[in-house]
Amino acid sequence: MKSNTLILQTAAIYITPLQLLFSVFLLLRGHDEPGGGFIAGLMASSAFVLYMFSYGVTATRNLFKIVPVDMLALGLILGMISGLPAMFLGQPFLQAQWWDIPLLGDATLKLSTPLIFDIGVYLAVIGTTLMIVVALMESETDHPSGNGD
Amino acid sequence: MRLELLLPIILPLFAGALSLALWRSLWLQRALAVVMTLAMTLAGAWLLHSVSGEGYLVTDMGGWEAPFGITLVADIMAAIMVLMTGVMGLIVTVYSLGSIPEGHERFGYYPLMHLLLAGVAGAFLTGDIFNLFVWFEVLLLASFALMTLGGERAQMEGAIKYVTLNLFASAIFLSAVGITYGMLGTLNMADIAQKVGQLEPEDTGMITVVAMMYMVAFGIKAAAFPLFFWLPASYHTPPVAVSALFAALLTKVGVYALFRFFTLIFDQDVSYTHGIMLWAGALGMLAGVLGAAAQFEFRRILAFHSVSQIGYMIVALALMSPLAILGGIFYIVHHMIVKSALFLVSGVTYRLMGSHELKDLGGFYKHRPGLAVLFLIQALALAGIPPLFGFFAKFAVIRAGIEAGEFVVAGVGLLVGLLTLYSMIKIWAEVFWKKVPDHVTDTDRLTGVVADSSIWLLYLPLILMAIATVALGLFGQPFYTLVEAGAHQLLNPEGYIEAVLGRGE
Repeated sequence: MKSNTLILQTAAIYITPLQLLFSVFLLLRGHDEPGGGFIAGLMASSAFVLYMFSYGVTATRNLFKIVPVDMLALGLILGMISGLPAMFLGQPFLQAQWWDIPLLGDATLKLSTPLIFDIGVYLAVIGTTLMIVVALMESETDHPSGNGD
Repeated sequence: MRLELLLPIILPLFAGALSLALWRSLWLQRALAVVMTLAMTLAGAWLLHSVSGEGYLVTDMGGWEAPFGITLVADIMAAIMVLMTGVMGLIVTVYSLGSIPEGHERFGYYPLMHLLLAGVAGAFLTGDIFNLFVWFEVLLLASFALMTLGGERAQMEGAIKYVTLNLFASAIFLSAVGITYGMLGTLNMADIAQKVGQLEPEDTGMITVVAMMYMVAFGIKAAAFPLFFWLPASYHTPPVAVSALFAALLTKVGVYALFRFFTLIFDQDVSYTHGIMLWAGALGMLAGVLGAAAQFEFRRILAFHSVSQIGYMIVALALMSPLAILGGIFYIVHHMIVKSALFLVSGVTYRLMGSHELKDLGGFYKHRPGLAVLFLIQALALAGIPPLFGFFAKFAVIRAGIEAGEFVVAGVGLLVGLLTLYSMIKIWAEVFWKKVPDHVTDTDRLTGVVADSSIWLLYLPLILMAIATVALGLFGQPFYTLVEAGAHQLLNPEGYIEAVLGRGE
């Protein structure tokens, strides 16, 4: 299925990258403030869904280099791995580890295992949502019913 | 930080994620499934070994201390359940290698199975009621998908009943969790148990209401009378390996939750709550066995018998004596082995004759005497014939009933044993004893004219389970001692509370 609306297609070119950027912002903002992997993943997948509505499934597939199920698997594995560093330090599974990396000036980069976990959730949510949407869109293309496109 | 407490949960979770990554290679997924279920079994054995040596094992996830964080707790019963989960996972995986159609495998059979095992192990080990809800949802989601994999009409029909009733149960469970939190301000099981014990007498009315909500929610999940309708309506629809896994694990999670809640938390008004369970259990035994008597489809008979066997477990819990609880744990282990083995036998007969209807089956004693013996061992164990393991389970529960003066319930237990034997003899006579029916023309597989190279994968689990049933009956003393200690732990919840909340003081 592919929409032939010029307005939607033109808008999608601008909105999709903006939405993706915003999703990364939400992802990094999480933990202490509203945001985090789940909502950021939904935001990113809605960007891809918008693109899919404007340009069709095939074009969207060409957009990412990996298939949704791999993204889901990668996300889950990242999420699990984020619990392991604590175990090697003799602490309970999933205990958060923080590393502060000093940057230029006063800035410090705060890296942590919750961030890895959030990135895992982010990828898993995108993978799952896209798997579902792609399956729905393709079943619609396979069985054109009624007024299709 | 105890690794053995964590491994049974994270091994299958990792395996699930890895199998997704190996989506394209069925061979790697299969190999991973065997390796991971074997590892889970070993982890379960390690856990049981540690628990039987040191008592309770407790770990706070993420370093957030009880009662605020999520705590994992293992006592002997939980460890036995986790070990059995691993064993059943391994058995069913081996059986699946030879029996699950490739189409199912391609649509994520192995990742879903790992997820299911993770959910079950998590539910056994968690010490937090909301976390228990989450694990319930994990295993339910996986089971919904496993049940509908293949998408046949009958599967959909069964799945709709299964999903509706289980979601209903989850809603009640969640409401009960909410009310508990509102009343006591805590979700940690040990903390709840402690606070419930300290309540003023005028505040305890609501406790009984909440206890009933938990009883209904877990009762639905355990398929206890009168909430069992979803089980016979759905268990015969998926592939046999899936039915066997469900029969071994899903209802047991409900039963385990009942055992945990009604020994640890809700033991104030025993005559009321446990009185209800006593009669629900007794009626469940009768309803299940009578339902089975009316069935003539192999798997449906087995499904109805599950309801009846769950009744024994509920009765054991309701009696609340050391012998009864011991019998209850015996019964759970016994039922896991026997019921899944019987389902797996029905899978072999289906493979050889292409039907589950008793009237279309026959001649197995003549052509497959080995299978007949494997069936007979489990069927007699289910009916409670000595010296098989099932006898000791039944004996303990009925003896506890008599000691408690519940003669009617004990009598029902004996009668149901007899009726179980009737159903098993019905299967024996129809499937094994009878000649091949005249209207069945395609007997090449049965008589071995058409070779079946992978059938040993179906026989291997059956042989192992038959050995387990006989061995646990004949040489069961060490297991008896272990379970006796487990029953003692369940009936003395102070130890559990102390283990969770009393650390570091």
